[in-house]
Amino acid sequence: MILTVEHVTRYAYDAPVRGLVQSHRLTPSDSEGQRVLDWDVSVSDGIRGGRFRDGAGDVVESWSVTGPVLAVEVRVTGRVETSDCAGVLRGHRETIPTACYLRDTPLTWADSALRNLAAQAQGMEPLQAAHHLSGVVSKAIAWTPGATQSQTTAAEALERRQGVCQDHAHALIAAARDAGIPARYVSGYLLAGGVQDAAHAWAELHVPGLGWIGFDAANGCCPDARYIRLASGLDAQDAAPIRGSARGGGGEVLDVTVAVSQSQQ
Amino acid sequence: MTTCFNEMFDDGAVRAPYARLEDWTRSLPAGLRHMKQAEAEALFRRIGITFAVYGEGGDPDRLIPFDMFPRVFTANEWARLDRGIRQRARALNAFLVDVYGRGEIIRAGKIPAHLVYRNAAFEKAVVGIVPPKGVYSHIVGIDIVRTGRDEFFVLEDNCRTPSGVSYMLENREIMMRMFPDLFRENRIEPVDSYPALLRRTLASVAPLKCEGEPTVVLLTPGHFNSAYYEHSFLADMMGVELVEGQDLFVEGEFVWMRTTEGPRRVDVIYRRIDDAFIDPLCFRPDSMLGIAGLMDVYRSGGVNICSCPGAGVADDKAVYTFVPEMIRFYLGEEPILNNVPTWQCALQDDLKYVLAHLGDLVVKEVHGSGGYGMLVGPKSTADQIERFRARIEENPAKYIAQPTLALSATPTFVEDGIAPRHVDLRPYCLVGDRIELVPGGLTRVALTEGSLVVNSSQGGGVKDTWVLAE
Repeated sequence: MILTVEHVTRYAYDAPVRGLVQSHRLTPSDSEGQRVLDWDVSVSDGIRGGRFRDGAGDVVESWSVTGPVLAVEVRVTGRVETSDCAGVLRGHRETIPTACYLRDTPLTWADSALRNLAAQAQGMEPLQAAHHLSGVVSKAIAWTPGATQSQTTAAEALERRQGVCQDHAHALIAAARDAGIPARYVSGYLLAGGVQDAAHAWAELHVPGLGWIGFDAANGCCPDARYIRLASGLDAQDAAPIRGSARGGGGEVLDVTVAVSQSQQ
Repeated sequence: MTTCFNEMFDDGAVRAPYARLEDWTRSLPAGLRHMKQAEAEALFRRIGITFAVYGEGGDPDRLIPFDMFPRVFTANEWARLDRGIRQRARALNAFLVDVYGRGEIIRAGKIPAHLVYRNAAFEKAVVGIVPPKGVYSHIVGIDIVRTGRDEFFVLEDNCRTPSGVSYMLENREIMMRMFPDLFRENRIEPVDSYPALLRRTLASVAPLKCEGEPTVVLLTPGHFNSAYYEHSFLADMMGVELVEGQDLFVEGEFVWMRTTEGPRRVDVIYRRIDDAFIDPLCFRPDSMLGIAGLMDVYRSGGVNICSCPGAGVADDKAVYTFVPEMIRFYLGEEPILNNVPTWQCALQDDLKYVLAHLGDLVVKEVHGSGGYGMLVGPKSTADQIERFRARIEENPAKYIAQPTLALSATPTFVEDGIAPRHVDLRPYCLVGDRIELVPGGLTRVALTEGSLVVNSSQGGGVKDTWVLAE
């Protein structure tokens, strides 16, 4: 399948900012399930900084903008050829040891409810446990936009029983790590039709023999040809496609549009 | 407390390195001594060398007590320490390059993977990075204690931003000003080349993209930091800019410093800020002390950061246990300096032993420093021990334990004359394109009679440290 992505992030400031620096993980890497045909990232008035592949195999690129500016636009366009690998990440070059992904973070800390959830997988084979936990998280948190914020923790989302893909991923990661399964957060794109106001996210769990396997608990499935994988991290903050900081200026208004479509060959 | 090794008097006789000091103390009657002590304090005040103690409040400009009685090593003693310290600094750096690379020492089963990869100080953001000259830790502070004529132990390693070197330099400066005769009568190795060597070391690890003479800066968290005096002192002595996060910014592929003549590119940052605060785009997003985008510039070879982010995984107290193993593994040598035997409370058998012998042991937090959060068994009440036991049981992995060592003592001026007090030693090893070590270090002294805690934050003082020339 060939997916076309158009992802635009606009920042508008009340007062001019003196300068701005961003760290991007907005470029997909090639693996068995995805091949980048063409891809372009641009930042209005931006100066391109260093570019490298990090230990997780993700392309990192930094940008800076010299102020004063009142608005900045980050535009991502590209085409990726994808195939269905049943969620298994193959041919992705990375060097970070999987044991690193057993560490928890404030967003993925397992409270007693999450530990109880993890305990349900006790005695299961890792692959079975991963599927089971993903299913349980799917049922435990109802997809409800607006019920949570970016800073909502896995424990809070589970208690509220509502959330979005970020919360599903965090809860699954927290439970998996507690069950001794290395787990990480993945940000990317999903062919969902129409224009969305956010990119997508899911979790990857590490199963001996198979490697990393994606689980999209929000949609109750494993990533297939409709998915494009961008970057991974310990949690949403660590895997964020854009991390940025502005000097000076006042309040910031953020506007995001994501359109993923299937193109004809 | 059992008897300890007295560095001046051995078997009732004065040891050779202290021989001339005996005459000196005789020539120093109490009246003159008090005058000299007051003079020393006035000098320290005038220089502005003060030390604010974390979490204690009170006078932020408190002086660290300075004891005028020098601590002396012979050339032979130092030669062994020198070799041992350099060996350790090499092994620690080899370990850092390895664990952020292929992790051979873990594959070989010499160190458990979880101790490294699940360690909070292991930065996955720098996996795969080999810094300039293959050096992660450029200033290695190694805390050493002595328990006998030939017995030295390493208590801990400090691979991030060890502080205290300004005291080594100032203590010498003040001793030379007050007692010039002593320095004529004794042949004492100088330490004053340290700032120039530090500058040289930092310049020798300039990043890939640096052409020409590298620009070095010292990054401080600011004047409220307890070591701010040292930051400004070292910047001054090295002739480099002292900057705070707000003085630097990232543009394009580089880090720039604001100056009155416009932005100037920065190549090497000697940072005295913890990893967590150094770049809000990579680590803690709420940090106001760091430079946004710094880590991307570092990771793409546009700047070097000393010590490199992630260096802390080598000086963790649980990893410490394995340093002798690192020396054998990477260097194929036997350790010249020994570790103190250490029990890991994370291990079931060790924990059982520790809990059964709390009264005899020193228990420390794995990530603690500054003498906080530790238990000195023989010096604690039954009640203190029981409260500490509860803390260990709650989270055993947070603690390690060591036997209470009979730290050596050196003569120290006290209220009513001269008395032995326990000491330790922190030399500062510089690692760049070569390894440099000035003969000396910071001697810390526990001023309270019988006390084994030398930390300046716990009432310890400092002494000038002499290494005698052959």
